[in-house]
Amino acid sequence: MSNKVVIRPENKPEGYEGEGYMLTRLDKVVGLARANSLWPLPFATSCCGIEFMATMAANYDLARFGMERMSFSPRQADLLMVMGTISKKMGPILRQVYEQMAEPKWVLSMGACASSGGIFDTYSVLQGIDRIIPVDVYIPGCPPRPEQVLDGILKIQELAKNEGIGYRQSAEYKARLAQYGIE
Amino acid sequence: MCAVRLILSAKAIFGNNQFSMTETAQSHLWDYFPIVVMALVALGFVITTMLATHYLGPKRRSKVKDDPFECGIPVQGNARTPFSIKYFLVAILFVLFDVEVIFMYPWAVNFKELGLFGLFEMFTFMGLMIVGLIYIIKRGALKWE
Repeated sequence: MSNKVVIRPENKPEGYEGEGYMLTRLDKVVGLARANSLWPLPFATSCCGIEFMATMAANYDLARFGMERMSFSPRQADLLMVMGTISKKMGPILRQVYEQMAEPKWVLSMGACASSGGIFDTYSVLQGIDRIIPVDVYIPGCPPRPEQVLDGILKIQELAKNEGIGYRQSAEYKARLAQYGIE
Repeated sequence: MCAVRLILSAKAIFGNNQFSMTETAQSHLWDYFPIVVMALVALGFVITTMLATHYLGPKRRSKVKDDPFECGIPVQGNARTPFSIKYFLVAILFVLFDVEVIFMYPWAVNFKELGLFGLFEMFTFMGLMIVGLIYIIKRGALKWE
């Protein structure tokens, strides 16, 4: 096995190339950097969290995607992973955690409960976290397989790659947050 | 060009007085100028990158965002309230006697080579520590109430 670093062509942004150098757009570079060093904040409340632990462990190894470091403080986190049933009492807590995250930030809703309330169609359970915070990617399943989690993560990376630089300062983004009543 | 001018002016400031002084093996202030340059470059790099990230990164401020993070629940009270000095005292005493145990490990490993001399050395050391322990117990440092 050689130690040569192999850059897969599908991960390379388009740009002008020559011998030993490459020119590309700044937003592409920023997107690559953001996408490949996402720091997730695992907000695991039930069984999806267990499935997430399997995703983090050696077999599925989320660290391959630049997500080695779990951030248990929202201040350094880029990706809020909501895994499990969110009761209505938990709602404001989840919302505050989301609001306290630094920009740019993404939200991954894992499993039926987080996405829609799942089987818990009762008075005490929030019927989907998208009622209180904006969600970028939903993963179906009860609970989803680790492969599905990886697929969701790759979708988030795709979003991060193609977001562009100015989006988080834009009026569009502000309007999106305003829909949820977030300043 | 600018750098050359900077060096020339620095020569003027720091005194390149090789003509006025008698030839002695004396170090001039001028000899340290590269260190000043290096320090300026290092400081400049740090300040520039910090300012750049501060101004270039996306930001959003609100009351909730700027609150201290307490696992998502509203903040209660001030973080900077005075708390009992006893915590500090106990922690310091723990460190002290913890270090004492660390000293005993290499002594135990080399016990046979050090022989009787090492044994009495350690007894002396332990004796001094025990005097200290008796002292703090007498002073009531470990009394919690």
